[in-house]
Amino acid sequence: MTATTDRRSARTQRPGTVPDLRYTDAEEELRAVVRAMLAERSPWPEVLARAETSEAGDPALWRALATDLGCAGLLIPEDHGGAGASCREAAVVAEETGYAVAPVPYLGSSVVATAALLGTGDDMLSGLASGQVTAALVVPFAQPPPRNVHAAARPGGIRAVLPRPGDAPGLVRLSGQVSGVADALAADVFLVPADGVPFGLYAVDAAADGVTCMPVVSLDATRPLADLALDGAPGRRLAVNEEAGGCVLAGLTVGAAVLASELLGVAQRCLDMTVAYVKERRQFARPVGSFQALKHRLADVWIAVTQARAAARYAAACLAESNPDIPVAVALAKAACGEAAVLAAQECVQMHGGIGFTWEHPAHLLLKRAKSGSLAFGTPDRHRAELARLVNLPPA
Amino acid sequence: MLTGEQTQAEDLRKRVRDLLASRDPAALPRLEFLRARFDAGLAWVHYPPGLGGLGLPRSLQPVVDAEFAAAGAPDNDPARIGIGLGMAAPTILAYGTEEQKERWLRPLWIGEEVWCQLFSEPGAGSDLAGLATRAVRDEAGERWLVTGQKVWTSIAHAARWGLLLARTDPDVPKHVGLTYFACDMTVPGVEVRPLRQLTGEAEFNEVFLAEAAVRDADRIGEVGEGWRVAQATLMNERVAIGGGAVPREGGMAGVAAAAWRDRPERRTPGLHDRLIRLWADAEVARLAGARLRQQLAAGQPGPEGSAAKIVFARLNQDLSAWDLEFAGADGLRYDDWSLRRPEAVSFFGRGPGYRYLRARGNSIEGGTSEILRGIIAERVLGLPAEARADTGVPWKDLPR
Repeated sequence: MTATTDRRSARTQRPGTVPDLRYTDAEEELRAVVRAMLAERSPWPEVLARAETSEAGDPALWRALATDLGCAGLLIPEDHGGAGASCREAAVVAEETGYAVAPVPYLGSSVVATAALLGTGDDMLSGLASGQVTAALVVPFAQPPPRNVHAAARPGGIRAVLPRPGDAPGLVRLSGQVSGVADALAADVFLVPADGVPFGLYAVDAAADGVTCMPVVSLDATRPLADLALDGAPGRRLAVNEEAGGCVLAGLTVGAAVLASELLGVAQRCLDMTVAYVKERRQFARPVGSFQALKHRLADVWIAVTQARAAARYAAACLAESNPDIPVAVALAKAACGEAAVLAAQECVQMHGGIGFTWEHPAHLLLKRAKSGSLAFGTPDRHRAELARLVNLPPA
Repeated sequence: MLTGEQTQAEDLRKRVRDLLASRDPAALPRLEFLRARFDAGLAWVHYPPGLGGLGLPRSLQPVVDAEFAAAGAPDNDPARIGIGLGMAAPTILAYGTEEQKERWLRPLWIGEEVWCQLFSEPGAGSDLAGLATRAVRDEAGERWLVTGQKVWTSIAHAARWGLLLARTDPDVPKHVGLTYFACDMTVPGVEVRPLRQLTGEAEFNEVFLAEAAVRDADRIGEVGEGWRVAQATLMNERVAIGGGAVPREGGMAGVAAAAWRDRPERRTPGLHDRLIRLWADAEVARLAGARLRQQLAAGQPGPEGSAAKIVFARLNQDLSAWDLEFAGADGLRYDDWSLRRPEAVSFFGRGPGYRYLRARGNSIEGGTSEILRGIIAERVLGLPAEARADTGVPWKDLPR
């Protein structure tokens, strides 16, 4: 176990001050361990080769990250078998899964589904903590965080239907469809928000009768989406009404914040890769990195990454300390990191020239992860619209 | 139990109270009170004892300032003597002789002697090391005669001393032929003229030097070491531009947001989109500034300072342009074109037209954004240097 809780209690905040936005020593140690493991077990050729197969995820890599390094349990309290860490640590791990474009369901299971389930205290948390269970919250990957628990408890694509004769009491049957769900293909359990009276959150076994999970050809093949169809699938009730809305709100809010950190990692990898390349690539008898046309643009990418890092750390810190500024922090981070990652990835492709446009070069994996990630859980524009509402800058 | 710093803070408060008890600020002339404060080591606590300080951490300075302010004691008007405090003093402390520190630091801190900076020239802006102002040593070796022209000199008209960078050896490559001096601005041969800028006012001056005499005793650092000394000055300039903590909507973003909230009839969808982008960028830049200060306070200086200045310039320019456009018909008016000589830039005391025009200078002054991008590319990212035509060539042989 690499994550620790020792810094959390010391990080209480005076009103009006900015929380600590640096990485703690413990966070840097966690990063180093995750980066080394991903570099060794999931190098580019492996990620690329896997992206073309029907088996897009890497179960062995996921076990190594989730169970061996204990990253699946970061957000889970110790009495449920987790590490009792916070979003700060979870965000550092996401930076590394982004840096490696790792084909693992860390975001969907250990962040989104886990954050959704935390408020219920359900026993499934210990399975998630150990990495025995992989879960996915059944919402479209494109969906932005709802504004509040009421907005979160809105009708979606799935409804509770009448029980069948002989069903055990308490068992609920669910029917409907949700398209474009992330990390669903690797999940053992689906957390399904379902309309009905009342609105509820249900656990559905992925292997149960009446569950169809169809892979989607996805822009980011390293995180393929799936269309989920339920036809009278049996569900176990986890929460209802506002409590269920709170689960969905928590999952998507933490998910958007941690995805921002993943995008920061993608941006950093694009920058590192491009800087290394322009130092080596020679044209006109000099390294192309000595041309000011490239140097100034790379300086701009570095600036964008530097700014995005502050936003990502602020969102993670606000979530870690339940700061009332969470909605603003998450909107800022998701918009800033999404745009920084796309800028860095596009410049990465451009500055690699012809080789950067080939399938064999990994630049496209970063570009696809960056662009997909910036669309997921709300586009930058949608987050800015929400920000305008939050800070009282109403539209024209 | 008190931490070390809390104990030091308590001790400082006691020292301030002791000084106030023996020297009543209400009864003493202002400069006399400030001299007593300096001599008690309560001017800048991180400076050495005997030079206005107590050798304490810089983070304790606010304790002292707050205590004096609460007692209604006069301060040293730091806005007026910013160049002295922010650039001259650290340079003198790092490179000055003991005699120079004794002579200059007290009148500098109390504001009795104002300092200005004589670096840029009409022919040496971004390429500062190419400057042409000559300093020629007289035969006795005790004075230098300085001839040339300096430009963009804030507050030269009120200054007693100028931080002067001059060429003492034209026969060696440009960086190694420079020497650093303190130039007495009151000697014959120093002429200061206002330099009017595109806003109409003259924040800056041109300084003409015609065989102005500078004592060798006022040389800071060795002959030929001027570039290294100047780096210390410029580094402190960039730290100063990095700025202090500001609240959300603290700068131009606050001006623009207030205008948007006040004038619903002026709103358009396009301006809304631009405003919220700029507001978000400004808030992220504020957080990045806070993160930079957290790193500096913990002794982990990051290279983010050069990013901060580029981002600040862009945001100030884009927000002030937005503000002028949002003003609509009012944006066609201007408050005052008359030639004024302000002692400090009052960005918020003027109209949107002034702010728009003044902000154009933000990406030029203190290192252009292009020069700063070059610094980031080479020093942070380690990219290869631009092919250069001026290395290893004596300054006098460079094409110009």
